[in-house]
Amino acid sequence: MAVSVRIPTILRTYTDGASVVEASGDTLTTVLDDLDARFPGLRARVVDDAGALRRFVNVYVNDNDVRFSDGLATPVGDGATVSVIPAVAGG
Amino acid sequence: MSLIASPPRATSPAQAPPSVGNATALVCRECGERQPLTAGYVCAECFGPLEVGYQLPALRRAVIEAGPQSMWRYAPLLPVAPEITERGGLQPGWTPLVRADRLARELGVRRLWVKDDSANPTHPFKDRVVAIALEAAERLGFGTVACASTGNLANAVAAAAARRGLRSVVFVPSDLEAGKIVTTAVYGGTLVAVNGSYDDVNRLCSEVAAEQDWGFVNVNLRPYYAEGSKTVGYEVAEQLGWRTPDAVVSPVASGSLLTKVDKAFRELAATGLVEATPYRVFGAQATGCSPVAAAFRAGHDVVRPVRPDTIAKSLAIGNPADGPYALDVVRRTGGAIGDVSDAEIVEGIRLLARTEGLFAETAGGVVVATYVKLLAQGLVDPDAETVLLNTGDGLKTLDAVAPVARPTATIDPSYAAFTATGLED
Repeated sequence: MAVSVRIPTILRTYTDGASVVEASGDTLTTVLDDLDARFPGLRARVVDDAGALRRFVNVYVNDNDVRFSDGLATPVGDGATVSVIPAVAGG
Repeated sequence: MSLIASPPRATSPAQAPPSVGNATALVCRECGERQPLTAGYVCAECFGPLEVGYQLPALRRAVIEAGPQSMWRYAPLLPVAPEITERGGLQPGWTPLVRADRLARELGVRRLWVKDDSANPTHPFKDRVVAIALEAAERLGFGTVACASTGNLANAVAAAAARRGLRSVVFVPSDLEAGKIVTTAVYGGTLVAVNGSYDDVNRLCSEVAAEQDWGFVNVNLRPYYAEGSKTVGYEVAEQLGWRTPDAVVSPVASGSLLTKVDKAFRELAATGLVEATPYRVFGAQATGCSPVAAAFRAGHDVVRPVRPDTIAKSLAIGNPADGPYALDVVRRTGGAIGDVSDAEIVEGIRLLARTEGLFAETAGGVVVATYVKLLAQGLVDPDAETVLLNTGDGLKTLDAVAPVARPTATIDPSYAAFTATGLED
């Protein structure tokens, strides 16, 4: 299934400067796998060695924080938007 | 031949080389990677938060004491030019440290102080952080400054931008207290009300910041902005006669203020301005938004986000950026983090008002009520000289206390009506 992924500024070195890229997958995990196949190294910037979402990254599927749903197992429907956003803001 | 000295070359602030005082780099709090003092806020290596690093000189108390009656008396400890006081702006800081003897007596504790930051120009401590962020914005060439805000920051950014002649774009949750909408919009900047929570607004601003060439004070200028909170700690120590208190109770929203007060105390000791003595840092949250208090009690070092539901809207950050660092500070210093219900917050506001004549906003009510609760739980020592941080003005959150702050009696204008109330001595 095709989804669009919003890439934060500091990860655009992996995507040739693109702020939005297309990817496929039906969960966040498979979307990240697909991205990593095309942009090697990108997944490791979002997911730590233990396979968990990094502490200072927030990921949203259709504007919903995946930490409120199933984390990396969160389903991603066809046409969904995934946003990867640095967590260190606000207050 | 007469010698005519050529006049000194005029140097306007605009032509002068940008100065950041004793600041040397942005340093990642996670991995230690160093970056130049630009508008970066996230470590390019690990996504960790960047913090301003310094080469601090030896400092003397007398020089600071002779400085301006504002936060700029601590300019050598901040990422700003030494001539900062000549650059206009709202001149925040140097707010009263109120000795709260009546409150102390009521609670049965030895010595209590309230750092009353409602005395700042737009009445929250946020004026401090904004002052530094706007200085950074101008140094880095941003003509537009922006922020995500629960209200107080909105006021502070709009006002400070107006004073400096910068364009401001402020994003707030649309359900904010009416007072905080008015006290932002009046300054004439752009105010965007977002149908969502503060965390939604914050996420939106992170995305806007990535695409617009704007200086978001609490996104891409956050490393500078956050340093302004240190001045609360510096002032507390100087006002106590150059010493740190035994304990300090800070509200926790993002967690930044709490961590920066600790940083301030450590820097004062490192520069020799105060003797290094132990202190405990305590955190205060509303139960309706208490992810950091919950993590503290559970023994976790990460914070699970929550969806806020509390009258303390200025603390309603469900996904606090500095939560893990606030936990670190509280645990390192032997403090605790507590939380209180909305009803307890209202009682906290009334207790402070009744005993000390200080009308705090809901965040101040959270601090007072949490202190009372921590005392009852035996988690804070009644003999510890304690400073409570009041970060905002009750006039901005009138709705919180309006139902219980009512006339004692409503009477006709006659002496008979007065005597009928039984209010005579």
